[in-house]
Amino acid sequence: MADARSEMLTGWSRTAPSAATVVSVSSDTEVDDLLAHAGERGIIARGLGRSYGDAAQNAGGTVLDGLSLADVIDVDVARDTVRVAAGISFDTLMRFVVPLGFFVPVTPGTRLVTVGGALAADVHGKNHHVDGSLANHVEAFTLHTPKGVVTVTPDSDPELFWGTAGAMGLTGVVTEVVLRLLPVETSLLRTRNERCHDLDTVMARMLDDDADYRYSVAWIDCLASGTSLGRSILSRGDHAQRDELPPKHRAKPLHFDPQARIGAPPWAPNGLLNRASIAIFNELWYRVSPRLHGGGFETISSFFHPLDGVREWNRLYGSRGFLQYQYVVPDDAHAAVRRSVEMLSHARAASFLAVLKRFGAQNPGPLSFPAPGWTLALDIPATVPGLAQLLDDLDELVADVGGRVYLAKDSRLRPELLPVMYPDLPRFAELRARVDPAGVLQSDLRRRLGLP
Amino acid sequence: MQDSLGSVQSVLVLGAGSDIAHATLRALVKRRARTIVLAAREPASLVPLAEELRALGADKVETIAFDARDTEHHAALIDDVFGRVGDIDLALLAFGVLGDQAQAERDPDAAVDIARVNYLGSVSVGVPLAQKMRAQGHGAIVAMSSVAGERARRSNFVYGSSKAGMDAFFQGLGDSLVGSGVKVMIVRPGFVHTKMTEGMDPAPLSTTADAVAVAIVHGLERGSETVWVPPTLRYVMSALRHVPRPIFRKLPI
Ligand SMILES: Cc1cc2nc3c(=O)[nH]c(=O)nc-3n(C[C@H](O)[C@H](O)[C@H](O)COP(=O)(O)OP(=O)(O)OC[C@H]3O[C@@H](n4cnc5c(N)ncnc54)[C@H](O)[C@@H]3O)c2cc1C
Repeated sequence: MADARSEMLTGWSRTAPSAATVVSVSSDTEVDDLLAHAGERGIIARGLGRSYGDAAQNAGGTVLDGLSLADVIDVDVARDTVRVAAGISFDTLMRFVVPLGFFVPVTPGTRLVTVGGALAADVHGKNHHVDGSLANHVEAFTLHTPKGVVTVTPDSDPELFWGTAGAMGLTGVVTEVVLRLLPVETSLLRTRNERCHDLDTVMARMLDDDADYRYSVAWIDCLASGTSLGRSILSRGDHAQRDELPPKHRAKPLHFDPQARIGAPPWAPNGLLNRASIAIFNELWYRVSPRLHGGGFETISSFFHPLDGVREWNRLYGSRGFLQYQYVVPDDAHAAVRRSVEMLSHARAASFLAVLKRFGAQNPGPLSFPAPGWTLALDIPATVPGLAQLLDDLDELVADVGGRVYLAKDSRLRPELLPVMYPDLPRFAELRARVDPAGVLQSDLRRRLGLP
Repeated sequence: MQDSLGSVQSVLVLGAGSDIAHATLRALVKRRARTIVLAAREPASLVPLAEELRALGADKVETIAFDARDTEHHAALIDDVFGRVGDIDLALLAFGVLGDQAQAERDPDAAVDIARVNYLGSVSVGVPLAQKMRAQGHGAIVAMSSVAGERARRSNFVYGSSKAGMDAFFQGLGDSLVGSGVKVMIVRPGFVHTKMTEGMDPAPLSTTADAVAVAIVHGLERGSETVWVPPTLRYVMSALRHVPRPIFRKLPI
């Protein structure tokens, strides 16, 4: 029998804890067993708990910990694909495939997510404007639903395939994924950073030539105001080719062995990351960054996953945690982006990381977050006064221009806005009625937002 | 569900007729609360409140009969509410009687009635509530205690002792619920200007129902275990607790 224990769970932002029975499963039959015998408060899968909000929590019910299902990594070099267990982390996967000359098609800002969790959120990376999100690179996955086990491809069952991408675990438990990999010659990136002194400049630069780079992102200092409102560092890059490498890297072009350099202390005083300390950080980051790497070569970990260098950095926000807020608005909503940065700057809402990037084409997933336009992501300490109202106002602004917030990061959206932001919700409701008519799949996110 | 900033979506209020309940509900509905169950001795008297909450944006407001004295019916009532409404994110226990101290000193029935409502009623409601919330894996119980329960005074020790009992009960209940996802928050206001205290001489550091509501919302946001209104009472009371009895009983409080 699978090992079960009662646990308090939160997302990465450490807010809104709830208690559930966590069951570690070690075989596919145990997954099916749990789905068949879930109690009335249902069941949800959990990966590495890196979604910020309550998507991988199920108060009073069962949470399936699928990490122990993680033993398959099977690369098909001829077809550039990998068959991988859903419980495997991107970290493990990259350590395996990078030395073989492959990169993952899409990576979020941390490697410490599972393949299952990444598909459930349909994650995007710095390359969305050219490559789309994760589901765009998935050939097939194995899904355990309350109605049985299916192997799903975009052709075999398009509704279920795209409906699972971004559904935050509500279509079933993914146990295996076949992913197309990106062949690379080296494990380094050729990067270019530039300082932009205000928001209009950075947005104009991104519109001009983002298309010339596979990866692009801008770090905005949300505390800057007046004429420097939106000052930022635009950072872009491409996989380096072997013959571009500096001589010292040529011997081991595919070397990949990132280490976490430091760990955050298990406790931190509340208020350590306050407006003053964040302002200092932002100032330093703005001044030092371009000089550090104005152009040159960076490792995968420093370019894509800088935060993974500090283990459990979320603890730095103290016991009340923090929030992540991410929205996307259409291309023509330039003014809404500006307005949102003004609102944040005006509220002096200290944001440690504000990341602006452009999304490319949308995929057919009814709950998939990325859509063409501008996306802004922020971390904000939960202690900022007036935060609830500020974020409600931002939601309204975003919804008004046809934008939406990211469910993997949400922890506080007003439920009434969900159907406005995700107009394809009725399609998702139909899918849910088909694969889980009895409502076995349940999560705190689902209860809070009234997801179908 | 309670969200990451402490806002709740469904609320059960026992003793919904009180001014404090009214002010708190208004504040909660302005945030996220959409499902509200109002319980009081005379549910008909709650209709205007229900209307007001609907106008503020609540989409499901129910009124039910609840008498804190009918302890034998409490478990069934709680069962029924959870069965019909589903998850309750927040249960606010706002019932209580002040009673008449002079009468209570003469008439044992009057004294017992105060204890029955304030203490027994809380216990008989608190136990099934905790059980239901433990099963749902989340939730908050907010218990309206009183500064009077911190140290019973000569001038209203019957009321004070009943609040002391209920306060101690909820402290213990909160401890028993650690790790269950359920939190208990005890609110200790000083003298509140309400219907209940109309015509009485306000004590120093008196407050209003609106201030109590703000403190409750703020406490939920912070995940507090104890909330004093006004906050300075915490320090005043911690000093008063250590005043020797011969002096304490003579203090003009
Ligand atoms: C520092 C940091 C940076 C990030 N950067 C980005 C970014 O750049 N882009 C981006 O898109 N996201 C980003 N994220 C969000 C993160 O990629 C997603 O939240 C991801 O879903 C987390 O995966 P996980 O394995 O931790 O899943 P969990 O958080 O444990 O679960 C997330 C969801 O996946 C579901 N799930 C997990 N496993 C399975 C399974 N086997 N089958 C079905 N459903 C499952 C859960 O039910 C839940 O709904 C970032 C997060 C952090 C902490």
